[in-house]
Amino acid sequence: MRDVCVVGVGLVDFGELWEKPLRRIWTEAALAALEDAGVDTVDLVTIGCMSSGLFTGQEHLASLCVDELGIAGVPAARVESACASGGLAVRTGFAEIASGLSEVVLVTGVEKMTDVDGAEATFALGTAADQEWEGFHGITFPGLYAMLARAHMARYGTTREQLAKVAVKNHANGLLNPHAQYHLKVTVETVLGSTLVADPLRLLDCSPITDGAAALVLASDDWAKAHAKGRPVVKITGSGMATDSISLAQRDDLSELKAVRLAGERAYQMAGRAPKDLHVVEVHDCFTIAEIMATEALGLFEPGGGGPAVERGLTAIGGRVPVNTSGGLKAKGHPVGATGVAQVAEIVSQLRGEAGQRQVQGARFGLAQNMGGSGGSSIVHILEVV
Amino acid sequence: MYSPAKAWREFPQRYRLEAERCTSCGRVSYPPRVVCPACRARAFEPVTLPRDGKVVTFTIVRVPPAGFVEAAPLPIALVELTDGTRVMVQIADVEDPAQIEIGMPVRLEFRRIRSDGEAGVILYGHKAVVKK
Repeated sequence: MRDVCVVGVGLVDFGELWEKPLRRIWTEAALAALEDAGVDTVDLVTIGCMSSGLFTGQEHLASLCVDELGIAGVPAARVESACASGGLAVRTGFAEIASGLSEVVLVTGVEKMTDVDGAEATFALGTAADQEWEGFHGITFPGLYAMLARAHMARYGTTREQLAKVAVKNHANGLLNPHAQYHLKVTVETVLGSTLVADPLRLLDCSPITDGAAALVLASDDWAKAHAKGRPVVKITGSGMATDSISLAQRDDLSELKAVRLAGERAYQMAGRAPKDLHVVEVHDCFTIAEIMATEALGLFEPGGGGPAVERGLTAIGGRVPVNTSGGLKAKGHPVGATGVAQVAEIVSQLRGEAGQRQVQGARFGLAQNMGGSGGSSIVHILEVV
Repeated sequence: MYSPAKAWREFPQRYRLEAERCTSCGRVSYPPRVVCPACRARAFEPVTLPRDGKVVTFTIVRVPPAGFVEAAPLPIALVELTDGTRVMVQIADVEDPAQIEIGMPVRLEFRRIRSDGEAGVILYGHKAVVKK
């Protein structure tokens, strides 16, 4: 297997981009990544997108986007694993280069979510859950995570305030990220005073509806070193993926995210690294409880230790292992298909030392964890500066 | 739209709580599956789910999805039945949702779940009621 490097990153500013259609948002991110890498075409394009059909009425997305970029003819594949579609696009591109099939790949993720109203968006997102046997009874996505939160609180004593502190931290980080949807200081009191969405989760425990796109250029190790031009070379040293029942009724243990644990173990093994080696981590905080459970499943903290860790500031910038320096899905925004790609882009920026005010000093090893649905799939990548 | 064929296909599980028990390892699958997720055997015998169980975890959905707007706030629980099978169901007839707690004994009752718009299928199934 060949080594794979990230040689370009590109993001649009996340937000409610009323004036732009999906194809334009995507193209802007793709161009930014190609320019950052100094290339004008690639061997393959991958696109992570959860549901352009339900959100915009458009399928056959890969061909549409590649044509929009002016490189029709290049092979392109859209991949889907609900909210982990972006991570899957990264992994697909990684595998193409590692196997020798491609030399340079454009990896992208996109979601245009504001062309439908709130109820339609809720329905589209809900399709990541078991619609026939759980959605049928009226459960929503916040509802499923609320059930996980309640189970985690009952088992480990995780508190409502600890959940709020995830939102407080991530909004503080989002203030430092020019691409973030929200530049908004949030306090524990604002979180606890926000409206209930699904008990015990409140509005400020939830990631928002967002339009956005993110892109990376991946290349073989040889290509990357030949074109480095003095910039740090960032290598993807581990890629792990796992699945789990999407139905909560079929899971044995509701207080852990098994797919995250398995994906993490596989990525650590491939990279030859351990949780203690990491300097900066992005996790899939679609809800505050998800960050706590993901940090535990990735072995950053013991089971039940995720809540106390955020309370003690261990996951803040300057803490033992900064988590979601980008602002996370919570503050940066969560254009679902773009999220997994944007997470890797944040780690690359950190490892290159280009993260501006939110830079973690001396960061050399990072991890990005992307999640589908309420843990039905997860993809983990480990990156290092070489 | 909820197609009549889909509603009809689901009657055995929704109306009668029909499930299947793996003849190799005994795990009950609800809904029935082709392959047992516990032991991967493919032979099953029909069973009916017990109606009694307890709340494993729950939430109260305040921002409901389409079709449930009039029913909100909507208490929903993951209920473990006496045979160990877990089902996702609404909790009905609760005056004060603050009374719901993990471990609370409940019993499944046949109820109307929702109607699919004004002219669509009326969907029935089971909800949990709190046992006195």
